[in-house]
Amino acid sequence: MTVVYFTALALLTLTAYVLASRRSVALSATGVRMHSLPAYHGLLAISLVIAPMLLIWAVGTPLVSQLAASNALTNFPAEIRNDALQAGSALREIKNLAAGQHSGDVSDALRAATDTYSAWRTSGNFLLLIIGLTAALAGIATSLRMVSGQFRARNHFERIVRIVLMACAGVAVLTTIGIVASVLTETIRFFFDPNIKGRPGILDFLFGTEWNPQQAMRADQGDIKSAYGFVPLLTGTLLITAIAMCVAGPLGLLSAIYLAEYASPRMRRYAKPVLEILAGVPTVVLGFFAALTVAPYIRGWGEALGLDVASESALAAGLVMGMMIIPFISSLSDDVMNAVPQSLRDGAYALGATKSEAIKQVVLPAALPGIVSAFMLAMSRAIGETMIVVMAAGLAANLTLNPLDAVTTITVQIKTILVGDQEFDSAKTLAAFALGFVLFFITLILNIIALRIVRKYREQYD
Amino acid sequence: MENSTVDLSAIERVEAARTAHLTAGAKPAKVLAHDVNVYYGDKHALQAVNVEIPDRGVMAFIGPSGCGKSTFLRCINRMNDTIASCRVTGKITIDDQDIYDRSLDVVQLRARVGMVFQKPNPFPKSIYDNVAYGPRIHGLTANKAELDEVVQSSLEKAALWNEVKDRLQDSGTGLSGGQQQRLCIARAIAVNPDIILMDEPCSALDPIATAKVETLIDELRSNFCIIIVTHSMQQAARVSQRTAFFHLGTLVEEDSTKTIFSNPKDQRTQDYITGRFG
Repeated sequence: MTVVYFTALALLTLTAYVLASRRSVALSATGVRMHSLPAYHGLLAISLVIAPMLLIWAVGTPLVSQLAASNALTNFPAEIRNDALQAGSALREIKNLAAGQHSGDVSDALRAATDTYSAWRTSGNFLLLIIGLTAALAGIATSLRMVSGQFRARNHFERIVRIVLMACAGVAVLTTIGIVASVLTETIRFFFDPNIKGRPGILDFLFGTEWNPQQAMRADQGDIKSAYGFVPLLTGTLLITAIAMCVAGPLGLLSAIYLAEYASPRMRRYAKPVLEILAGVPTVVLGFFAALTVAPYIRGWGEALGLDVASESALAAGLVMGMMIIPFISSLSDDVMNAVPQSLRDGAYALGATKSEAIKQVVLPAALPGIVSAFMLAMSRAIGETMIVVMAAGLAANLTLNPLDAVTTITVQIKTILVGDQEFDSAKTLAAFALGFVLFFITLILNIIALRIVRKYREQYD
Repeated sequence: MENSTVDLSAIERVEAARTAHLTAGAKPAKVLAHDVNVYYGDKHALQAVNVEIPDRGVMAFIGPSGCGKSTFLRCINRMNDTIASCRVTGKITIDDQDIYDRSLDVVQLRARVGMVFQKPNPFPKSIYDNVAYGPRIHGLTANKAELDEVVQSSLEKAALWNEVKDRLQDSGTGLSGGQQQRLCIARAIAVNPDIILMDEPCSALDPIATAKVETLIDELRSNFCIIIVTHSMQQAARVSQRTAFFHLGTLVEEDSTKTIFSNPKDQRTQDYITGRFG
């Protein structure tokens, strides 16, 4: 049915365009001065077909299945209908049978219910098709009637375009709001829902120095209050991010300066894409590179110096993560430095500046807002990165600033908590949402700081 | 204290030496170009240019678009070096020193030859830092007080001090177009160059700002050798003492501005200034 509906939609769209634009052409051939070009009359007609048909489908389809379901359930006794769980499973059986996937015995009531269900679905969908077609034809008729010399099809279509674009932007914004709201509700449940056993207080969570949610599965195991201490995760995350930024910051920025200012155009043409390939390496590949190649090397090197190095260390994860985010910094910084107008460089050269003076004192300050946002983007990537840390830094929530120890991060713990079968009302699972919320909050603060810096140092130049 | 008096007397001696030439009437050539050719890749942009540019005063380069006047201007401080495909042959000397000589440091050259561009290009820094840029990179001042003095005197010479003295820390890019161009002139003056090159400095400015910049050029000519490229013949007539006419990559005629505009020798010059082409 859906296929038929959308085929009709496509055909009617085409028809609407052809009819309306033909009519406009014919009208102008008789000497009428047209306000809008034929294409705009056609496009307006298309919108008058697509909009009502999509709306009818979007509203009608769920309505039809709702009606079919509630009518089908009348075949069952009232106690089944009124119990949400039983009604739900009955409905699943009906749908399975209707789709021909039911196995096992079929009771009379189920058979009858399925027949009712299918009948309602069929007639409902048929009705939808009729309504949709009528609306589309009415749309075509209206648009054809509207074609005239004075009719401002172009301006009307422009307004429709604006609405469509607004809707697209709206989807992104609403999704964000939805995610934040859902994470926030679960976080509030984690902290305040009295039905959750073993939940910590907010202060225990934010300032606790021990993280051991596995221990808190049963109330008689360990001290529940101290099981959800967030501090080791935060220090672990910050430690690895700091190591990564120490690697990627200088390397990325300096290679950007080379690419933008010193490299010949030929060199730049080849070097830049190669550098960007690094950003395309899947993090899981980088992860086992870190775990199997870098970490043992660091360990061997550390032992040669007489240092005690864990086989999974923050340093290994941080180094490889730094490699991962170099392209973000270098490629974006290179772009913003290229956008600095040549006239500024000329101004510096004309005053007798050397190349490096011009770069240091004119190009870099002018490109600073862009460079800062490149750094911030790279840092958010590093904070949000999971795979490399899972593989190379381990799961032990050690509260340490020693880069040679194993540490763990917020993201890794979220992953560890949610892997496998979980009950969604245990403190352990909800802790993942609390971690997610804190992670979101940290990146939000970073972004706000970045925006402040950018605004403070942004200079107008053209 | 003793140092500053020594410096002062040195400056006075140089000044005296300079003015001696002027009063004697013999104007020595500040810039001397001999058989200068410029190529952009295969394009022969400038052909066999010979010209003598005297110290103190304004020399205007006029001519239709693409005639090579800006190219020649950019040869004088070797800004053409920044264009990879550009090649210069021939000889240009400033104070008898070959500026294309291998041993010459282009950075030193550009400190002596300032440049003001067609579009105002203040750095995205404060007004103060814009002017202080040159003195800082060349280490011309020993301390903050001296730097303040240089900044103030440069802005005063550029007739901008009164407009910006209360907001020296504001961004230079926030000024109006005319103020920005005067800031660029102040920036060029701050390194105390001998020569100031101006590449159509008023083409992006409105008439009032243009008038201010022209007045400024007129004031500066007693202290600097100014070479200005302009599209406007009225401007050339107003501000310059000597004028060179370029056409299709050659220097057609060079003479006192008065002669060029009243009694040119070459027919092409005559045609151009009477508006027959260009």
